[in-house]
Amino acid sequence: MRRKGISLGDSMAETWRVRVVPKRGDFDVAGAEKLREVHALGMQHVSMVRSATIYELRGHLDEPVVRRLADDLLCDAVNQRAVVVRVANDVPTDVATVEVFFRPGVMDAVALTAMTSLRRLMASWGGESGAIDAVRTGIRYEIEGVADRAELETLTRGVLVNDCVQQATLSGFGETVVASRWVTAPLSADQDVRRVQIRGRDDAALDAVSRDGHLFLNTEEMRAIQRHYDALGRDPTDIELETLAQTWSEHCVHKTLKADVWYEGDDFGRDGHVELRFDNLLKTTIVHATRTLDCEWCLSVFDDNAGVIAFDDDHGIAFKVETHNRPSAIEPYGGAATGIGGCIRDIMGCGLGAKPVANTDVFCVADPRWSADRLPQGVLHPRRVLNGVVQGVRDYGNRMGIPTVNGAILFEKRYLTNPLVFCGCVGLLPRRFVHKEARAGDCIVVLGGRTGRDGIHGATFSSGGLTDRHAEDFAHAVQIGHPIEQKRVLEAVLRARNEASGCLFNAITDCGAGGLSSAIGEMGEKLGATVHLEKVPLKYEGLRYDEIWISEAQERMVLSVPPENVKRLIEIAAAEETEATVVGTFEATGLLRLMFGGTLVGELDLAFLHEGLPRRKLKATWTKPETIKSEIVPDAVDNKVFLHKLHELNIASKQWVIRQYDHEVQGGSSVKPLVGPGIGPSDAAVVRPLLTSDRGFAVACGLCPQESDRDPYTMAIYAVDEAIRNVVCVGGDLSRTAILDNFSWGDVSREESVGALVRACVGAKDAAIAYGTPFISGKDSLNNQFTLAAEDAERLDLPQHMQIPHTLLISAISVIADVTRCVTMDLKCVGSSLVYVRSDSVDDLDAMMDVHRAVAGWIADGRVLAAHDVSDGGVGVTLAEMCIASNLSINVDVGRVSTETNDGALLFGERPCAYVLEWADGNGPDDDRGLPLGKVVGDATMTINRDGREVVLLAVKDMRTVWSQALERAMGV
Amino acid sequence: MACRVLIVRAAGSNCEHETAHAWSLAGATCDIEHVAALRDHPGQLNDYQILTIPGGFSYGDDIAAGVVFGQDLKLFLADALRAFVDRGGLILGICNGFQVLSQAGLVPGADLGADAVTLTQNTSGHYEDRWVHLAPDAACAFADDDGLMCVPVAHAEGRLVGRDRDVVSALEERGRIAFRYVDQNGQAGGYPINPNGSVRDIAGLTDETGRVLGLMPHPERHVHLTHHPSWTALPRDRTPDGLRLFRAGVRHFA
Repeated sequence: MRRKGISLGDSMAETWRVRVVPKRGDFDVAGAEKLREVHALGMQHVSMVRSATIYELRGHLDEPVVRRLADDLLCDAVNQRAVVVRVANDVPTDVATVEVFFRPGVMDAVALTAMTSLRRLMASWGGESGAIDAVRTGIRYEIEGVADRAELETLTRGVLVNDCVQQATLSGFGETVVASRWVTAPLSADQDVRRVQIRGRDDAALDAVSRDGHLFLNTEEMRAIQRHYDALGRDPTDIELETLAQTWSEHCVHKTLKADVWYEGDDFGRDGHVELRFDNLLKTTIVHATRTLDCEWCLSVFDDNAGVIAFDDDHGIAFKVETHNRPSAIEPYGGAATGIGGCIRDIMGCGLGAKPVANTDVFCVADPRWSADRLPQGVLHPRRVLNGVVQGVRDYGNRMGIPTVNGAILFEKRYLTNPLVFCGCVGLLPRRFVHKEARAGDCIVVLGGRTGRDGIHGATFSSGGLTDRHAEDFAHAVQIGHPIEQKRVLEAVLRARNEASGCLFNAITDCGAGGLSSAIGEMGEKLGATVHLEKVPLKYEGLRYDEIWISEAQERMVLSVPPENVKRLIEIAAAEETEATVVGTFEATGLLRLMFGGTLVGELDLAFLHEGLPRRKLKATWTKPETIKSEIVPDAVDNKVFLHKLHELNIASKQWVIRQYDHEVQGGSSVKPLVGPGIGPSDAAVVRPLLTSDRGFAVACGLCPQESDRDPYTMAIYAVDEAIRNVVCVGGDLSRTAILDNFSWGDVSREESVGALVRACVGAKDAAIAYGTPFISGKDSLNNQFTLAAEDAERLDLPQHMQIPHTLLISAISVIADVTRCVTMDLKCVGSSLVYVRSDSVDDLDAMMDVHRAVAGWIADGRVLAAHDVSDGGVGVTLAEMCIASNLSINVDVGRVSTETNDGALLFGERPCAYVLEWADGNGPDDDRGLPLGKVVGDATMTINRDGREVVLLAVKDMRTVWSQALERAMGV
Repeated sequence: MACRVLIVRAAGSNCEHETAHAWSLAGATCDIEHVAALRDHPGQLNDYQILTIPGGFSYGDDIAAGVVFGQDLKLFLADALRAFVDRGGLILGICNGFQVLSQAGLVPGADLGADAVTLTQNTSGHYEDRWVHLAPDAACAFADDDGLMCVPVAHAEGRLVGRDRDVVSALEERGRIAFRYVDQNGQAGGYPINPNGSVRDIAGLTDETGRVLGLMPHPERHVHLTHHPSWTALPRDRTPDGLRLFRAGVRHFA
C-alpha cells in the first residue's frame, strides 16, 4: 500500500510506524506535563492526556524485522510497550488525537541517532533483514475531555505544537486533517547564476530590492552598493548581495552603536543641557573606557569572538554574552537553545579554541499569569515562553556538559511581545592560544554538522522589529539545536589544538549569524579566499549555492588549516564521530571568490565588504521625563505585606529554574547559585576551572531596566554597580574584574531612543572608569519592538508599537586567588553582628567605589562571615534571604538605614551601593559607612524593628514557604 | 603498582575529567578512552583493574538515556566485560553510566533475567540538580563503613522501576540494592529526599558479584572542600563524602 502524497524512490519501500507507550500502571510523564499545561491554559475540564513516542521507519522492512527493532532498541520492555503498524493502516480512533512532527528540514536529532543505531543493530544480526532509508520521530497525544474540534485546535496551538518548526495532524470529531506529510524525495535546485539589477535604478526600486530580498539594508547602504557596482560596470549576483546584507547587518556589524551621533539634551550626571558629537559611539564610550584603563591583564578585548583576561600565569579566561531575542520570541525552545549553543561556539572559536567551563542566562519576560484572553496575535504566552527558554538552555547546556551557574529572570509586562534572552559562556584557554591569524595558503575547513536549509536570514531577521505575522514570515530563521554534535566538535577542536606536534590550525571561528558568509568573510578579511560551495557537506540535496553560503545551520566551525595538517584533522574529527571538510583556500588576493561546480558565482572585493558600509549619522535627544512612574511600594509594612513582597516574582526564589540546570558538571563549582543549608540565592557563582588548583573566578550580573524610564545614564551605572556588588559579595578581586555589556534596546529610528542609548553608553563608560573595571566584550540587540495587529491594539488597550524598556545587562567576571576563602550570603553564627554598609551618595562614583573596595577588603581579610548585596526588594528582602539561606534568624533595627518616612520605602526601597554583612568579631567595622543593625539570634524568627518599634516578626520557615513556591505556582507546576 | 582505572566515554559523555580527577585523588592512575577505540582493542582491558562509565548524555539520551551506549557494550564488548568482572575487575557506572550499565544488562545481574529494571523519567517530569543523602545497603566493593554520603544528583531519567513486583523483591532479597536515598538522619522519605520517585528509594544497584555498581548520584562532584553547597558553614577538616567511594574502590586492590 502506498500512501498518497509520499513520494518513494522505490516501489518496494514502505513506511512502518512504531508507537511506544508507557505500560499500564507506569507513569506517563510527558502526558502529565502536557495536562498541567492544558490546565494552565484554562481548560480545567480536559481530564487526560496520554503521550506516545512515534518512530517512522522507511525502507525495505517487514513486520517481524520492525517488531524486533522495536523490542531490541526503541521500546524498553520494563515499562513500555510498542505498537507496530504500517503507516497506511494506522487509522485514527474516535479519541481526539494530535500527532506532532518536525517540519521537513528541521533538525530531528533523535531520528539521526535512531537511524544509525537501528542500522548497526540490523548489521549485527547478519543475513538479509532489509534496509532502512530514513527515520523520523514524532509525538502523539490522545486527549480526553476536549469539548469540540475548535477547542482541540486551540489546545494544540496553545501547548502541543509550534507551527514555526512543527506540524500537527489532528483527528477526532469525525475528521482527520493531515498536516505532516513526510517528504524526503530529493529536492532539486537550479544553480544558474542570478544577477540583481541595481544599476540605474532609483531609490524606490533599490528599497524594493532590499525589502523583497529581506536584506534589511537602507537606501543609503543600497546606494553605496550601487556606486560600487557602477564602478565595476556590472550588476551584483544574488550571492554577492546576500553576502553584503549579512556582513552589513545590524546583527553582525553594529552600525547603530558605531554610528556618528549628534546628541542634544540633558548633561550626564549633572544639571544642564549639552550638545555633543560622538564619532563612533561605541569607540568613544565603552571601548574608550577600556583603552583609558589599559589593564595589562586584559589579553584580548573587542577583536575576537569573546574578551579574554588573564587567569593565572598560564591560562586566560574568555567571556562572551549574546542575545537571542527574536528567535526566542517565536520559538522559545529552539531560540534559547541555539542562543546558548551559539554563545558556546563563540568560546570554542575564541583564540585558538577555549574550553567552555560555565554558562550564564538572563531572561526578561512578562508575568506567566498573564490572562490568555489578553494575548495579541503572533505572541506566545509568557508562561510558554519562560518554559521554553528554560528548557532550551537546560537541554543544550546540560547535554554539552557545561554548568549553568549564574543568571537572572526579570518580569515586566513590556516584555510580553519581545521577551529577552541573554546567554553567556566562560571559557578557559592556555595563554599561548589567545591569538590567531589565518595565513595565505591555508585550507578553509568546515568542521561539524552538515549544512541544510535551516536558519536562513537569521542575521538580517534579528536586525528588524517583530510583527504579528513574523512567526510565519521568518519560520525558516529559527532552528532546533543538536548539542551532542557540538560536543563532538568541541572534543575534536580541543584534541586538534592540543596535538603534541602543535596546534593543527592557524585560526578558528564559529559559524553563527550569516553562516559561512560571515565566518569565512571575517577570517579572510586581511587576505582573500576562494570557496568551492559544492564541497560543503549537505544534510540533503537541493540547496542552491547562495543558500549553502548563508545557511545558519548550527554546530559548525570554520578553521584555517595548513595543508600538511588537514589529514590529521580529518582523522581526529572522524574519531570523534564528526566531519571535517576542505571547502576552499585562503589566499592573498583581497578578493572573496565564490565558486560552484567550476562556475564563478560571486566575487567580492573584501575591502568594500568590510569598509564600504557608509557610517550612519544619527541624531539623539534626551530630556528627563517630567513625571516618572515610581515603583509601587506599600506605605505601611506588617507581616502580611512582607510575605506578599517575598511572593513577588521578581523577588521570589528562582530555584525551579536553577535546579533544571546542571550547575555542577565539570566538578569546578565552588560557590553555587543556591547556597546554605536553607538554600538561598547566591550573589555570584564561583568556579574553579582547573581541578588541581584552588584558583577560581566569580561571575555575576546586574540589570535594572526599570531605572531606564527615569534615566538610562543612571540605569547603566546602577547595572554596573549591581554586577560589581555581586562579585564583591563572594570575595571577588576588584583589581581583576572585567565587565561585558549587552544592550537590548527599543526602536532606534526614534531620536529619543538613540538619546537613551547615548546616555547608557556614557553611564557605562563613567562607571567602568571610576570602578577600574574594563569592558572586554559586548553585543547589542536593537529594535526590540512589536507591531500589533490593529484590532488587537484596540481590543487589548495596548500601544500598537510595543516597546521594551531599554535594557542594559552588565555581566562581571572576577579572578579569585583562593576559592576556599570565598564568602556566601547565608548567616553563619548566632551572636554575630549585622552591619549595613552603603555610600552616602548614589551619584558620586568615587565614593561608591570606595565602599566596594572597603567591603572587598574586609572580606579578603576574613572579617566577614556572610555578605549579601542590597538589590531587588531593598534591605528588608536582603535580610529575609539571609535568614532563609541559613535557617538562622535575626533581631535588627533598621531605623537609621535611610530617612524615608514610610516603612515600605525604608524596607523595600532599592538603591545602588549597599550591602548587609555578618561581622565576625565585635559590632562591625570602625567606619562610618557601616551601620550596626543588630544580631544573629537562634529563635527561628526574623524580627525587624524601626527605632524600637516592631515592624515585622516572622518565622523563617513561613518566609521560605512563600518565597520558594511563588514561581512554581505562577508557572502552574 | 597503583590501581589502574579506564574511563570509557562516548559522544556526549561529559563527566570523564572530574571522574578521572576523583580517581587520582583516591590514589589511582586513570586513562580516558573513546568506546570506539576500546571496541577496536578490547584487549587493553587487561591493563586495568577498574572500568568506569562516566556521567553525561551519551548520544543525547536519544531514544532513552543510555540506550545507544548500552547497545555499544552489548553488541561489541559483552564478552570482554564479562571476562573483566570474572577475573575480579570492578565496574562503576555513574548517572548516565548507570543507565548504560542497566541497558547493557550488567546490573542488577543475569540471574534476574533480561529487562529486569530500567531507569526512566523522574516523576517531576524534568531534569533536577539537587543534593541528597545516600545510605549503603547491600555489600558492594565501592561502599565503606563510614555511614551516609552526601552527594548531588543531576538527571532527568533516574527513576528506577522493575519489570514487576517479584523483580523488585528479588533486588532486595538477593542484595542488589547498594545505595538508597535517605534523609540526613538516615530515614526514608518522599520527594525531594528521594529526588526522582525511584522504587524503594533505590539510588544504586550492584550485581551478584558486588563488583559492579551503577549509581545515579555523582560522588565525583563531592571530592573537594568547596563542592558542598553549604561548605562555608561546615568544618574544614572533613573528608568530602564522594571521595570515600573512590577510595573504597582503590582499597579493594590494596
